[in-house]
Formats: sequence, structure tokens, C-alpha cells
Amino acid sequence: MSVDKATVARIAHLARIGVRDEELEPLAAELSGILQWIEQLNEVDTAEVPPMASVHDQVLRWRGDVITDGGEQEEITANAPDGENGFFAVPKVIE
Amino acid sequence: MSELTNLTISQARDLLAKGELSSRQLTESHVEAMAQATQLNAFVSPLPDVALEMAEASDSRRAGGSAGPLEGIPLAIKDLFCTKGTLTTAGSHILNGFKPPYESTVSDNLWQAGAVMLGKTNMDEFAMGSSNETSYFGPVQNPWRGRGDNRALVPGGSSGGSAAAVAGRFAMAATATDTGGSIRQPAAFTGTVGSKPTYGRCSRWGVVAFASSLDQAGPITRDVRDNAIMLGAMASYDPKDSTSANVPLPDFEAALTGDIRGLKIGVPKEYVLDGMPGEIETLWQQGIAWLRQAGAEIIDISLPHTKYALPAYYIVAPAEASSNLARYDGVRFGLRVPGGDLREMYENTRATGFGAEVRRRVLIGTYVLSAGYYDAYYLKAQKIRRLIARDFTEAYETVDAILTPSAPSAAFPFGDKADDPIAMYLNDIFTVPANLAGLPGISVPAGLSAEGLPLGLQILAPAFDEETMFRVAGVVEQAANFTAQPEQWWKVPA
Repeated sequence: MSVDKATVARIAHLARIGVRDEELEPLAAELSGILQWIEQLNEVDTAEVPPMASVHDQVLRWRGDVITDGGEQEEITANAPDGENGFFAVPKVIE
Repeated sequence: MSELTNLTISQARDLLAKGELSSRQLTESHVEAMAQATQLNAFVSPLPDVALEMAEASDSRRAGGSAGPLEGIPLAIKDLFCTKGTLTTAGSHILNGFKPPYESTVSDNLWQAGAVMLGKTNMDEFAMGSSNETSYFGPVQNPWRGRGDNRALVPGGSSGGSAAAVAGRFAMAATATDTGGSIRQPAAFTGTVGSKPTYGRCSRWGVVAFASSLDQAGPITRDVRDNAIMLGAMASYDPKDSTSANVPLPDFEAALTGDIRGLKIGVPKEYVLDGMPGEIETLWQQGIAWLRQAGAEIIDISLPHTKYALPAYYIVAPAEASSNLARYDGVRFGLRVPGGDLREMYENTRATGFGAEVRRRVLIGTYVLSAGYYDAYYLKAQKIRRLIARDFTEAYETVDAILTPSAPSAAFPFGDKADDPIAMYLNDIFTVPANLAGLPGISVPAGLSAEGLPLGLQILAPAFDEETMFRVAGVVEQAANFTAQPEQWWKVPA
């Protein structure tokens, strides 16, 4: 499978990464090369194989529904590029 | 004091215990060596003041009668581990200025064991790379150079800074992480010992995530015994990591009995590659001979899906990365590049903050997870992953461990593979299967290439049987008697 410029623009948008127009063509070539190399997986018949998401066949643990920490607003927001009154600040979303 | 930088952890531990050496002395000698090695660019954040302060605190603890298993030992920490209040970058611009308000479980375990932090080591951006050329902070140079050749070589990746610091004798040992070979391949390229334990052995809590189902922390050290000591201190069951394994922690050092008589060692025929340098094949045969001489039984095995491990990995890892890296949005931490609206701010921030390789992988990951392609790529890769894991399960019905080369070549010059992503990815051809299957593996320096560069052999073992892995590694180490060290060409006069 090869990808074209429009597909690269679409996935860049999905990934929220700004890509300049002149970068689309070289990126399409790069990604197509990788995807073609990956295609060798189609040689393997996997019709009867269950997918594997985790190496351990374990059931995720439960923990007690109790408060373990909290009250750390200052520490949590300390790394924010912009903030106000203990909140994270973002550009205006609602017009 | 320069000879102090040649000690192993076990040697230093004995001298410290006898009172013949203080952590302050040991740490000072490493801090000095670190300051002389800035040319190698192994550290994003060297922390000499923190190191000396921690060393003095360690000496006080010892004087007070309490000493942990790593008491007073100066270590380098890969900059993927969050360290409380200390800049943590993951080799990326997007984490600009990030000072975590918490400590990773692995590094916290090391401080609880008495260790001293020398600094945070350079690495490929978000651990994506095999040559350390993708770091925002510039590449790390390998302390090794070819005989009669002064070209700078890559240290391997992604844990290149950690490997260079240990090989260059300015850190006694280092933490590292391995998602597809990022501990074992740089260890092989630098003549050091690097192990990736079983998935779940070390907590991933506080380790900046790349591909969560593959990432594992492990140590890079100067010998196998130190590796066992380090892993014992790093590993723990951690309720804060839902994939942390609640299993007993064995005494890994005690596994180094040197006795492998009767052990069955598998040699997989699929690890013979077309075009692989003859010296890699020769070294592998040498390793087989060593183990046979030590009384092991060598058994030819087949891991039939080996050739599909890398392409499957390059679906699974980017898919998980694209999801994990969604958190870098310029809102809660790190870089923000303003834009006309919120979406443009996200796009500008991520365009500026991510380097070329990270962008490439996030885009691939986004594509294989996108509507209409999920089954063809991601689901297919997960099924192949099952087959690769099954290959190992079947092999371990007849063998106790597996011997392979660690990497298909010795260290190469900068720029050699930088323009060809697939050529770069092939570096990890021998290491990736263990990540997909979650199994432990270790690289041990076993010989030199024709150019005088280190080459490694890899020992793989069944899940949670790091003891067998270490035992076999110890035998390979003893037989190889690898004593070569790089010339310290980087040292500036004090």
C-alpha cells in the first residue's frame, strides 16, 4: 500500500502535527516505503490466530475504591506553559 | 584517583564495606571523568553537585550503620526516567523545561538502595532510534573508534548516553530502557553488558512511555555480576503499574554459579542472515563452542516467524506511540508554540516539538490505527505477535536458553543509515522478538571486530527466568575474557 499527499495530510491532521505543504511529498514517499516493507506480513496465514495485545495473560488488577493521593494542584500545574489561578490556560475555544 | 573509575560495582561495594573507600571519593572520581568527557555528549543533564551531596549523605548513612545494596554507588540515569524536581526530557524538545513532580519507581528503588545520581543521560528522542542520532540534544559519540580510523561512531540506541557513560568509565552503571533493543544493541556497540528483563519485572511507572506493551527498564553495566546486582535493585512489584508482575524477586547475583552443565542451549537457524558480516557468524560459533565446553548441550532450534518480527514491531510500536504521545499538546507541561486557535496551537506545538523520526512513527501509528486500516495492519501485527511468542514457547519446551548475536554489525559511523529508516530498523533484528514476546535477554561483550570494535552475544531465557539468563551470560563472559577498553581520546586535560 502506498500513501499519497492527501493521505499524509489527513493523518497529520488526525495526529495534530502541522506539516508544511512541501513536506507532504517526501513524507508520502517515506511512509509508503515503510508500509510496503510491512506488507510482507501478508505472506503469513493468520486466519485462526487470536490477536495478542499483552504478553501476560493476566486479568487487570482491581484496587480498593479509595483516595490514595490528591490536593496537589500546585505541583500538577507547575509545569504548565500557561496558567491562571491554579488552572491550565488554553487559547479561547468558544467564540 | 583515575583507577577508581575502573572498579566494578561489586569491587567498589567490598572496598566501601571495608571502609577503604568512601562514596565521596568514588563519586568525585566519576564526576571528574564525566567533566572530561563532555565531548561525547552522553549527558543531557550532568548533575555533579547533586551527586556529591548524595555521596555525602550515603557516607553518613554508612557511618550510622545502615547500608543498602547499592550504597554509595554513582549511577547515570537515562533521561526517560522521571526524577523529581530534575529536568526530564526524553531526548525531546517537546518536554522543554519539564521537571516532574514525582520520581519513577525504578529510580526511587535505586535511591532507596543507597545509589548516587551522576546525571541524566542523552538518548534517541522518546527512545525511537538505534544510533542516538534522533536526540534533540545532539548525538552521543561512541567512546570506541575503529583501529587507525578516527571517524566518530554511533553508540547505538536508544540508550546510547547510558552505554557511552558506562563504556567510557564515567558512570559505574546506568539505567536504560528497551522497547525493541534499546539496551542490548547499545551495550553490544560499546562493549558493555545490557539486560532487558521480562516484561513486568521492572515498573514502568514514571518512565516516559513509548510503546507500553513493549517498554521495559534494565541496566547497562561493566560486567554480568554488576548487571545482576543492578537489576535486583531496579526490579519490584509496583501497584502503580497495572502490568507490573507480582512475582518473587530472586537473588540474581546468586544465580552466577558458573555451572551450566546439562543446560540445553538453543541455536535458532533463522538468526543466520543473508549478508551478515562473517565475523558475526564466527563470534556466534565461538559462543556455541564456549557453552559446549562448559558442559551445555547445544540444540538446533527453529523460530519460524523471526523474519516477521521487525515489520510487526513497526506496526505495534508506532501505534502505541501515536496513542501515548497524544498527551503532548502544549497544555499541561513542556513546549507550547502559539497558534491562531486551539487546534493550530496543538499542530504548531507538535510540529516544532517532535523531531523527524518521532513524527514519522506517530504518522505511521496514526495511519495503522485509522478507520479502514486497523484490521489490515494493527490486528494483523497483533496476530503475528502471537505467532512469534508461540515460537518461543515451543522452543522453551526443549531448551533452557537461546544464544544469538546481539546485533548484525559493530558500531557504524554517523550518517551511515540516517537517510534510510528501514536500514536503521534492521539493527534491531535480533533483539525485537524478545520484546514482542516479553522475554528477558542480555547482551554480553564477546569479542572484537576486524576494526577493533566490540561485538556482543545475546542470551534469551524464558519469562521470569533471568537467573538462567545471568548464569549463561556469566559463562560467556568468563570464556570471552573481554578486557579491551576504548582509548580515552576524549579526555581534556584537567
